[in-house]
Amino acid sequence: MKLSLTVNGTQHDIDVEPRTLLVHALRDTLDLTATNIGCDTTSCGACTVLVDGESVKSCTVLAASVAGQSVTTMEGLAQGDTWHAVQQGFRDCHGLQCGFCTPGMVMAAVSLLAENPKPTADDVRHGLEGNLCRCTGYHNIVAAVLSAAEASK
Amino acid sequence: MIPAPFDYVRADDAAAALAALGEHGDEAKLLAGGQSLLPLMKLRLAMPSVVVDVSHATDLRYVRTDGDALAIGALTRHCDVAADKTVRQELPMLAHVAELVGDPQVRHRGTIGGSVAHSDPSADLPTALVALGASYVVQGPSGERVVPADEFATGFLETVLEPDELLTEVRVPLGVAGWGYEKFTRRAIDWATVAVAAVRRDGETRIALANMGPTVLRAAAAERALATGAGTADAAGSADEETEPGNDVTASSDYRRHLARVLTGRALAAASA
Amino acid sequence: MSILGTRVLRVEDPKFLTTGGVYADDLRDPRLAGAGHVTYVRSVMAHARITVDAQAARELPGVIAVFTADDFADLDPPPPPMPFIAPALARPWLTKDVVRYVGEPIAAIVTEDRYAGEDAAEMVSIDYEPLPVVVDPRAAATDEVVLHPAHGSNTALAFETGQLEGLFDGCEVVVRREITNQRVAPVPLEVRSAACAWGDDDRLTFWASTQSPHGARDFIAGALKLDKDKVHFITPDVGGGFGAKFSVSVEDLLLAVMAQRVGRPMRWVETRTENLLGMGHGRAQLQTVTIGGSRDGKIEAYSLEVLQDTGAYPHFGAVLPFMTQMMATGVYDIPKLAVRTRSVATNTAPVLAYRGAGRPEATAAIERAMDLFAAEIDLDPAELRQRNLLPPERFPLTTPAGANYDSGEYAKALQAVLSAAGYDDLRAEQRRRRESGDRKALGIGVSVYVEITAGPEAGEEFARVNVKPDGSVVVYTGTSPHGQGHSTSFAMIAAEELGVPVERVTVVHGDTDLVARGGGTGGSRSLQLGGSAVHKGSLETVEKARDLAADMFEAAAGDVVLDKARGGFSVTGSPDEFRSWAEVAADADAEHGLIVDTDFQAEGATFPFGAHVAVVEVDLDTGQPRLIRHVTVDDAGPVLNPVIVEGQRHGGIAQGVSQALFEEVLYDADGNPQTTNLADYAFPSAAELPDFDLVEMATPSPLNPLGVKGIGEAGTIGATPAVQNAVVDAVAHLGVQHIEMPTTSERVWRAIREASS
Repeated sequence: MKLSLTVNGTQHDIDVEPRTLLVHALRDTLDLTATNIGCDTTSCGACTVLVDGESVKSCTVLAASVAGQSVTTMEGLAQGDTWHAVQQGFRDCHGLQCGFCTPGMVMAAVSLLAENPKPTADDVRHGLEGNLCRCTGYHNIVAAVLSAAEASK
Repeated sequence: MIPAPFDYVRADDAAAALAALGEHGDEAKLLAGGQSLLPLMKLRLAMPSVVVDVSHATDLRYVRTDGDALAIGALTRHCDVAADKTVRQELPMLAHVAELVGDPQVRHRGTIGGSVAHSDPSADLPTALVALGASYVVQGPSGERVVPADEFATGFLETVLEPDELLTEVRVPLGVAGWGYEKFTRRAIDWATVAVAAVRRDGETRIALANMGPTVLRAAAAERALATGAGTADAAGSADEETEPGNDVTASSDYRRHLARVLTGRALAAASA
Repeated sequence: MSILGTRVLRVEDPKFLTTGGVYADDLRDPRLAGAGHVTYVRSVMAHARITVDAQAARELPGVIAVFTADDFADLDPPPPPMPFIAPALARPWLTKDVVRYVGEPIAAIVTEDRYAGEDAAEMVSIDYEPLPVVVDPRAAATDEVVLHPAHGSNTALAFETGQLEGLFDGCEVVVRREITNQRVAPVPLEVRSAACAWGDDDRLTFWASTQSPHGARDFIAGALKLDKDKVHFITPDVGGGFGAKFSVSVEDLLLAVMAQRVGRPMRWVETRTENLLGMGHGRAQLQTVTIGGSRDGKIEAYSLEVLQDTGAYPHFGAVLPFMTQMMATGVYDIPKLAVRTRSVATNTAPVLAYRGAGRPEATAAIERAMDLFAAEIDLDPAELRQRNLLPPERFPLTTPAGANYDSGEYAKALQAVLSAAGYDDLRAEQRRRRESGDRKALGIGVSVYVEITAGPEAGEEFARVNVKPDGSVVVYTGTSPHGQGHSTSFAMIAAEELGVPVERVTVVHGDTDLVARGGGTGGSRSLQLGGSAVHKGSLETVEKARDLAADMFEAAAGDVVLDKARGGFSVTGSPDEFRSWAEVAADADAEHGLIVDTDFQAEGATFPFGAHVAVVEVDLDTGQPRLIRHVTVDDAGPVLNPVIVEGQRHGGIAQGVSQALFEEVLYDADGNPQTTNLADYAFPSAAELPDFDLVEMATPSPLNPLGVKGIGEAGTIGATPAVQNAVVDAVAHLGVQHIEMPTTSERVWRAIREASS
C-alpha cells in the first residue's frame, strides 16, 4: 500500500505491505538505521522513536497507522551541529557503551523530559522502565538524563 | 517476528469502524493502540485477514462528566487518562492505574477500550474498572447495549463482544469513598503477577483480582466477609477463595494465592484509610 | 601533565549519538546489493528423530532457495568450536536425522526479503518422532540417555585436582551444601547478525557481530578449507557480546556456503526468541561445596564438586570448570583444596562463555560457603573473611589450585568497602528492625573476590603504530571493542607516549585486512594486552623516530630527546633544533609515514580483586527483595580512564546483581524452553536498580608496563554473591540458611515458610 510518512521533517511516499512495522519502514525502506530492534515483544525499547513528539516502540506500531503523523528518530534530533541536551548529557556522562540501546534510550529520554522537565532520579528510573540496557547498569544513563534536564533549565 | 499478511482498513470514526466490522465480520480485528494485538500478531498467535485501524477515530477519544458518572471514550489513551484533570480529581484511582500500565511508550499508544476489549486477566485497567463498578457501552448493527464490567469477560482473552460490535465508551460511577490498588511485579514493566483493586463506596467494598484466573475476578468471599462485618485482615485471608491462578515462570499458583491475600489486605487498608 | 588517569570523554560517542552505530544489520555496503535474507527453521522439540519436507516453502513467492542437511552432505562437518572437545560432539551444518535441543537449526531459507522468510519458515513441514529427553545434568551424567551415540557418553570433559578423601579430617566444623549457579542468558541487546559476499577474486568478505575478528576469520577459513588470506573479516559495530560472541556460530558459517551455492550475497539477523533459544547460555553449574575449619574461624579445607551442563553440543561451557577450579579458593588462605568436575551434555542450548566465564561460579561458591560457615560458628561474615584473607606480604604466590596471583590487597579492599558502606551502622539498623518487628527486613551481604584476566595462559597482542606524514597517528589493535571504548583508551596511551594531542590519534580495529593479527576482546584482556602492545609500540616508535631525527639533525641518537610538549624531537642543549612528528614521519616515508609493528607478550595472567557490600530490603510478607545500595571496591590496578572504568564497573555490577535477583533460563522436564523472550526472561530496567557506590583502589600488577589488570568482568563476579548473601542475611534471623539464585520473591517467601515450619 502507498503511504506518506513524515520522518525527521521530510515527507516520504513509500509503497509497503500493510503489515509493515514502523521500525522496518524506517530501517529497510528509508535506510534510517539508527533505530534498532532488540526484541520481539515490546520489551526492550531499542526501537523507540517519537510520533508527534511522544515516545512509542516502533516495533509495535504499523507504519500505516502513523501515515500523516510526524515521526522523529535519533537521526533527526540534532539541529544542524547543535545537539539536543539529551545527546549531550549521554556524551558527558558516558551514558552509553555498545550504543545499541542508545537511540531508543535517547528518544525515550527526550519524551520523558518533554513531559516532566524537572524529574527526580526516581522519575528518570521509572520513566525509562520500558528501555533495557545491558552495558551500563543504568547508573550513567540516569545521570545523563538528569544532566540534560539541568542543562535545559 | 512479523505479522502474517492482512488487508488494512483505516476507520477514522466509530461509524466507519462499525461499517468495516459489518463488512468483514470475524475475519477482522480492530486495531486501537495495538499494544496487545500487534505482539500477538507478530508471534502469529493472532492472524486476522483484515485489520481495521481505529487509532485515529478521534470521536472516541474524550473524558467527560455525564451525570453521576465519568464517560471515557474507548480510544482514550492511557497517558491521557492518567493526565486528565477530571479523572485525577474525580477518580484518582483510575489515573493512578492508567500510569501503571506497561511503560511510557505503551501508554502513549494503548487505549482504555483496547485494554478492556483485549481482556487479559492480568491487565491493570480492566481490574480497576471491575472494582470501580464500571460499565461498557457497546455499539453494534442493532444499536447500543451497556455491559457491566464484571460481566464483560467470558474467558481468557474472550468477551461478550460480537465480531461486528465496537466498544465505544467506558462509564465509571463517581462517588468513590476510598480505594487501594496493589500491583505486584518482578519489574516495573511486567504484567501484574497479581494485582488487587479495592474500592469502597456507599458502605460497600468491591475487590477485583488480576491474574488469579482466566478473567479478572471479584474476590467474592472477601467481599462477603466484609459485608457481614469481618475485619480487613480476616476478609483478606479469604481473597483467594474461588480463584484458579495459574503456574508460570513468574509465580506458582500457591504463591499467587498468597500474594492475593497479602495485597488484598494492603488494598483494603488503603481503601479504608 | 599526563593524560593517563584523566576523564577523557569517549571519541566513539558522537556517531552513536547522532546517526547511530552501524551494526551488521545496518550495513548498506554495495557488496551486499541483492543479498538474500536467511531465515533458519528451528526445532520445536528437545530430542527427536525428524523428517523434513521443504517443498511447499520452496514454492512460495520470494523464496530463492531452501537448504536442509542433505544439501551439505558433501562437506566435511564444521570443526569443533574449542580444543579439548571431541569432533563427535560438534554441531553439524544443519541437523539431519536427530534434533537435540529446542532451537536447533533444521533448515535454512533464503528469500528476497525478511518478511517472506518468516512466511516460508511456516511452510516447512517437520515430522518429529520423540526420543527420551534429558534436561537435568545429574540424569545426563548417568548416560541412560546418550545424546551423541558416536561419542558414547554425555561426558564431554572431566577432571580432578586434590584428594577429596580425608580432606576434612581434623576440622572441628564442616559445612556441606549443594548450590545451583543457574543457567542465564547473555542477552547482548544486539542479537546475532552477519552478512557475506564472494568477490570476483574468489575472496570472501564476511561481516559478523563478534568479539574476535581474527578468530572468526580463522574459523571460517578452516571450516571452508580456504587460505586465511581468502577471507576478509570485518567487524561492524557490535551491540554487546559479554563472552557469548567470542566465536562465530554455524549459522554464521553457513551464510558463506549458501552464498556460494546461490550466487548471491547473504545476510542474516536472528530474532530475540532465536537468540534466547539458540545463541547459547552461560553459567549452568550444579555445585557441591564443603568447607571445614576450626570453631574460632580458621578455614582449613575446601572442596568444590562441579557438574557443568554443556547443553546439547559442548562448546566453551565444557571448559568453564577449568577456570572455576583455578579460582576455587578465591582470596582465602586455605591450605587444602580438592576440586572434581564433570561436564555433561543435555537436551538444551549450548553453554558458552558469559561475563566471567567460570570465575563467577568459583566466587559464588566460595563466598556462599564462607557465609554458611560463618552462620554455623555464629561469627559475623565480614569478620570470618578478615581472619582468612591472603595477606599482602605473601604476594606473588601460587594457590593450592595452581593459580599464580600477581598482586593483591584483599584486607584493605574489604576494610575500604565496609567503611564506605557503614557496615557497623547497617548491622545496627538491621538489629533495630528485627527487634521492632519491621516487616521490611534489612539484609547485608559481603563478598571478597579475586579473578583471573587475560588468562589462563600468558597472553599476547598485536599493535601497529603509524605516524602519518601530517603528524596524525593511527593505531591498529588486534583487540575488538564493542562498547569498551578502546578507541579512546588506546589513543590516550599513544598520545601520552608520543607527545601528540589525543584528538590526533585514531584507532583501527576489527578488520583483518587492516590489522595483521589479534586475539579480540574477551576475558578482560584488552587493556593489559592490547593497551600494553600500544604502549610498547609507541615506545618503539619513539625510538625509531629518534634514530631518524638524529640522522636529520646529524646528531648522535643519544643526544636527541622527545619533546612531548612540542610534539617532536630536539637535540639536547639546542632547543632550536626541532623536528616535528610530521617531519620525522615524512622523512621515514613520504607516503605512509613511520610504521612500527609490535607484539606484547605478557609474563602471565593478572588477578583483579575487590570487595562488595550489598544492602537489600526484603518485604517479609511477599518475600520480595530489593537492592537498595551496592558499594564496591574493584581493584584492577591503575585506572587509565576513570570514565570508562566506572562504566565497566557499573555494567558489571548490574549483570551480577541481575543473576542474583532476576535471571534464569528455564526448561521444563521435556526440554521446552520457558524463557524465550524478554518478557519472560526478565533482566532489570533502571527502575529495579539503585545507583552504585564505587570506592577507588589501585594496586598495580607487576606483569605489564601499565600495571593494569582487566576490569570488564570484575563487577559481575563480586556482585552476584554479595547480593545473594544479602538476601539470605535479611531472613537469616527467621532460620533461613540458603536461598538459590535467582532469589526471587517466591523463593524468599518459600524459604521463610519452610524455616518457620
